[in-house]
Formats: sequence, C-alpha cells, structure tokens
Amino acid sequence: MAHQSEQQGHAAHESTYRTTGPFTEWLDKRLPILRFANDTMMSFPTPRNLNYWWTFGGILTFCLAVQIVTGIILAMHYTPNADLAFGSVERIMRDVNYGWLLRYTHAVGASMFFLAVYVHIFRGLYYGSYKAPREILWMLGVVILLLMMATAFMGYVLPWGQMSFWAATVITNFFTAFPVVGKFITEWLWGGFAVGNATLNRFFSLHYLLPFVIVGVVALHVWALHVPGNNNPTGLDVKGKQDTLPFHPYYTVKDGFALVLFTIVFAWFVFFAPNSLGHPDNYIPANPLVTPPHIVPEWYFLPFYAILRSIPDKLLGVIAMFGSIVVLFLIPWLDTSKVRSMRYRPMMQWFFLFFVAACGVLMWCGANPPEGNFVLYARLATSYYFAYFLIIMPLVGMIEQPRKMPESIAKPVLPGGGGAMPARASAAPQTKG
Amino acid sequence: MSRIAGLLIGPVLAAFVALGGAQPAAAAEGGQREPHAPSEGWSFDGFFGHFDRAELQRGFQIYKEVCSSCHAMKFVAIRTLSQPGGPGFSEPAVKSVASEFKVPAGPDEKDGSLVDDVGLLRQRPAVPSDHFVGPYANEYAARAANGGALPPDLSVIVKARHDGASYVYSLLQCYEEPPPEVQLQPGMHYNPCMAGGQIAMPAPLVADRVTYDDGTAATVEQMSKDVAAFLAWAAEPELEGRRKLGFMVLFYLGVLAILSYLAYRRVWRDTGH
Repeated sequence: MAHQSEQQGHAAHESTYRTTGPFTEWLDKRLPILRFANDTMMSFPTPRNLNYWWTFGGILTFCLAVQIVTGIILAMHYTPNADLAFGSVERIMRDVNYGWLLRYTHAVGASMFFLAVYVHIFRGLYYGSYKAPREILWMLGVVILLLMMATAFMGYVLPWGQMSFWAATVITNFFTAFPVVGKFITEWLWGGFAVGNATLNRFFSLHYLLPFVIVGVVALHVWALHVPGNNNPTGLDVKGKQDTLPFHPYYTVKDGFALVLFTIVFAWFVFFAPNSLGHPDNYIPANPLVTPPHIVPEWYFLPFYAILRSIPDKLLGVIAMFGSIVVLFLIPWLDTSKVRSMRYRPMMQWFFLFFVAACGVLMWCGANPPEGNFVLYARLATSYYFAYFLIIMPLVGMIEQPRKMPESIAKPVLPGGGGAMPARASAAPQTKG
Repeated sequence: MSRIAGLLIGPVLAAFVALGGAQPAAAAEGGQREPHAPSEGWSFDGFFGHFDRAELQRGFQIYKEVCSSCHAMKFVAIRTLSQPGGPGFSEPAVKSVASEFKVPAGPDEKDGSLVDDVGLLRQRPAVPSDHFVGPYANEYAARAANGGALPPDLSVIVKARHDGASYVYSLLQCYEEPPPEVQLQPGMHYNPCMAGGQIAMPAPLVADRVTYDDGTAATVEQMSKDVAAFLAWAAEPELEGRRKLGFMVLFYLGVLAILSYLAYRRVWRDTGH
C-alpha cells in the first residue's frame, strides 16, 4: 500500500506552471489549458535513461498526423465508386498538383506506421511495459493496433485494384466461417451478395471515420501513460527527482532527432521506391471474374495471414488469427515474472529473441504460397507464437533467476551515484499488480 | 543490453527487406522464363536514373504504329508528351498527335443536340488536353475483335507487372515455336515469358516493322526496349520530378538530422544518462 501511494505521489507531480501576465492568469482560472500543456508536455518527469526504442511513441504520433492530413486531401479528389475509383486514383497521380506525392506518402505512410508500431510493441514486450501499473495503457495500445489494422485494410481496398478487391473478398469471407450466422454477417458487411460498389462505399466511409477513433484512443493511451509515467530500460520504478528529467527539452530534442532519422527512411521510400512495398497486381483494375494466382496482403499483415493458413480448419484458422491479437490483451496477467525488464531476465531474453524470429518466419511464410515446407515452418512458428504467451511467459517467470539489478534508475548513470550494487535481485524491487 | 534489443529487431527488418525479393520469385515458378533487363540496363533505373528522350520518342512511335491498334492508354493525357520529364515532343507535334483522334464533342452550341445531321454522336478532333483514345468502343468490341481476349490498357502496365519494364521488354522478344509437348489453345501463341506460356497476342514486332526517323536500326530487341521504356514513362510520368524533389528532401533532412543531433548533444551534455 505504501508502495502504491508513492507511485501516485510521483504521477500527480506538482504543477510547475507559472502564469506570465494578466491574460494567462485570467485564462488559467477558467480553462487551465496552458497549465495542462506545460505539466504534460513540458515539465513532465521522465526517466532519465530512456533509449532510442522509446522514441517510437512520438514517431507514431507523427505517422498518425501524416496519414490524416494526406488522407483528408486525397479524399477531396478520390471517387468511391466501383466504376470510377481506379481511374480517380490515376487522376490523383497524374492531374492533381503533387497528387503523386500525396498518394505515395499516404501509401508508404501506412507501411511506416506499421513498422513503427511493431517496433513500439516489441519494445513494450522486451522491457515489460505491459506489467503493473500499466495494464490499461498496454490494452489501449492493443485496441489502437486493431483499429489500425481495420483502417489499413479498408484503405487498401479503396484504389479498387485486383489486390484491393480480392483482399476484401478474402477478409470478409472470414466471417462465413462462423456457423449459422456467418453468411448473414458477411452479406450484411458486403451490403449485397458479393464485394461490390456498396462495400467500397462503406469502406471509404469507415476508412475516413476510424482514424479519428484512433485519435481518441491515442488520447486515452497518452492519459494512461501520464498516470504511472514512462517505464524505462531498467524497468525500475522512479524513486525520486534524481531519476527523472523534464520531458522538455530533454526528450523533445531526443525524440525530434529520432523522428528526423525516421523521416529519412520514409522519404527514401516515397521518392525512390514508392511501389516497392505494394503489390503490382493492385495496378490492375478490380475484376470479379479473374482471381490473381497468389492473393497476398500487405507485408504488415503477412504474419497473421500465415497463422490463418497454418490451420487446416477454416473456423479454427480464423479464431487463431484473431486470437493472435486477443492474446495480447491477456499478457499483463500471463507474465508471472516479478521483474519488468528483460535486461535482467537471462532466460526470457532468449525466448524473446526466438519470438521475434518466429514473427519473421511467419511473415516470410505469409508471402509464399502455403505449399511444401512453408506449411511446416508456418505451423512451427504459429505454435511458438502462442506458446510464447500462453506457456513460456507464465512458466519462465516462475523458474527464472533474475540478474542483479541496480538500486535505482539514477544509480548507474549519475557520478557518485554508482556505488556497489546490492546483490538482492530476488528481493523484487517491483511489486506485481 | 539495448544492443541485444537491437539484435532482436534485426530479423524482423531483415525479413521485411527480403520480401521484396521473395515475391517476384514466387511469380516465376513452373519452368517459366525470368524477365531480364537489356544488357546495358535501363537509363531510368537507380538513384540517378532518368529517361532517355530519344528512346521515349522511338517508343512512342512503336506504341502509335503497332500497339495502339489493339491497346488503349486511357489514363495518359496527350499533352503529357510535351511535359518536362517525358518524351519532350514539341507542342505543335503534340497538337498533330491529338488531331488524329476523335472524341465526343458534347452538345451543339446552338441547339444543344448531342448528335449530328445523320443521328450519330457528335465528334470533334482531340486536343492535347484530351486523353489517348483507345481503338475499341468498349470491352465487348475489344473482345469480339480479338477472339475473346481483352488487350489490356497500357497506361500503368509497367507498374502492374513484376519486373516492370523488363517484363514488357522480355515478353515482346520471348515468342518462339512451341516445344512438341505444349498443346496450344486455339488462337493462342507460345510465349514462355507469359504466365502459363500461352498468350493471345500474336508476336507484334518483326524486324523493320517501323522506320525510325533518327536512323536507329529497328531490330526486335531495339523496338522492345524503346516501347518498354515509353510504357515505363507512361506509368510513372512523375518519375524524374519525383527523384529531383527526393534529392532536395533528403538533403534537407540530412542537414536537419545533423543539426538536431547537435542540439540533442548540447541539451544533454551535463546530464548523466
């Protein structure tokens, strides 16, 4: 209990905002928005040891903003009609001023968004950022991931190319796997008896709506972050002022530098390889009568596609695919370790390494037809994916002997603070929720 | 230990990059012939690549005199032939290209009629702002004229095929006598660069099919290369401008990266971290 009130004391850090004149004083008494901005974005106490893996939160905010801004402008020129959509995209590419820049930024931006979110998720997994008291923060993140997937899928349908059409057909057909109601759900989703104009129209509408829902959940995600404060590479709780730095200028400048590096990669794809992340078949107009030889989703869905196909039963495959995301909601309670950061978890580090490799194998299998050895590899990797969360996480936490941990965040880094580390790793400086 | 985290993310990124290579390989199974680029490569490939004007002009001649008798190119505006980064035709030349096409004229200025004296849809000669007009009125007419096969629109054909221009270049030269074990479907031709090895389009190019104004020898290889380059431009008319802007953006971001790194070091200089 004493421990918890200490954490709350840290979260509700004292406001450092000072009004600068009569107007800001007047405003502060009515709508303390400047105080709020100061306390959450300027003076917010942030662990002093955050590494570059922590810069992806800011990078993701940037990605969301880029997608919304480019998307709103693209929507001004796009026509959501099964007969006109493909041509309207070509009009954007050729006749709208810098239309190619808008569209390539939006299309590459989706890939960049997923690249960043996957790094962000792996970082959370490695450093135990889902563990108490950050369970809600983590679960809101999984909700954002689901919303991103739905948005990206529906956005990919809008150019109405062959992959658009057939991806829509394959994905919506998942719902036919459910007994009795499956067919009705699917036809309700389509707005007809096949993917068609009605489907395109509703996907466009939802593709415009969902990003704003994401903005709302991101606000909750950031709120939930600001209650316990950031986790950090040691996984230790912040114990006092010596462990933190104000968010501005220390992390604005570090996040800013990382963001510039990220935009260099982003710009390289947009200007020099804009189609390398897409599939050529999506430049063939949608044709319900011709099925492409290999229907493959965008790279960021390949691992989930591989999980789906690795199970011979359609319904179970669909359940496994959705389950691979749903299981993420449960990991705050599946992880039994008293230690947050895998820096101090010698066994779990290796299981994590194999987990990342398994995701890579799933991606590779998803890109290839489900034949020959790919079936075997996908099944092994799928098994490991679920075993990692459902078996390894609970078990290893119980048997693993953690490494020695520093006494505090500041101890190893501040001059004079780096005294001998006490050898009491198992004394659990972090309590479980 | 964050180094280890770095190693862990590595495989994902590696797989991500490797995908680019995995997909074309999947498309080329079943004894099919791999598309290849011309031995000297494409002028528009690579970081500094740009189109060869003479090549695009020759390629346009092939499109106009050979391809366009069956293939439309409906997303390409005729005016773009004189646009920067394209074949660089003069404006009078573009006007004369346009004037060879007929487009619907819309309602008559006086009586608002959509049809002429004999009841046919009113037509006018095209102007450069019009798009290329295809050879057939609609898909049914196109199929009827081609034994049921539909000649695809060529506007974005280079972006719509794995290996892009190299695919078009190889396909056009790939025709040969079918080996004895191959049973051709009626009206099909043997082409091992095509998926399945059979294609409805008869070999469109024979040596000296066109006469180039610049005296280039019109071999099948030369014509294939020229028209593939032209179609690469038609699919990505913004390519040269895109790369030019890309260099400026990357330069700007490079300077910004250095400045923001220095700012970062300065802000953090007195903190242990």
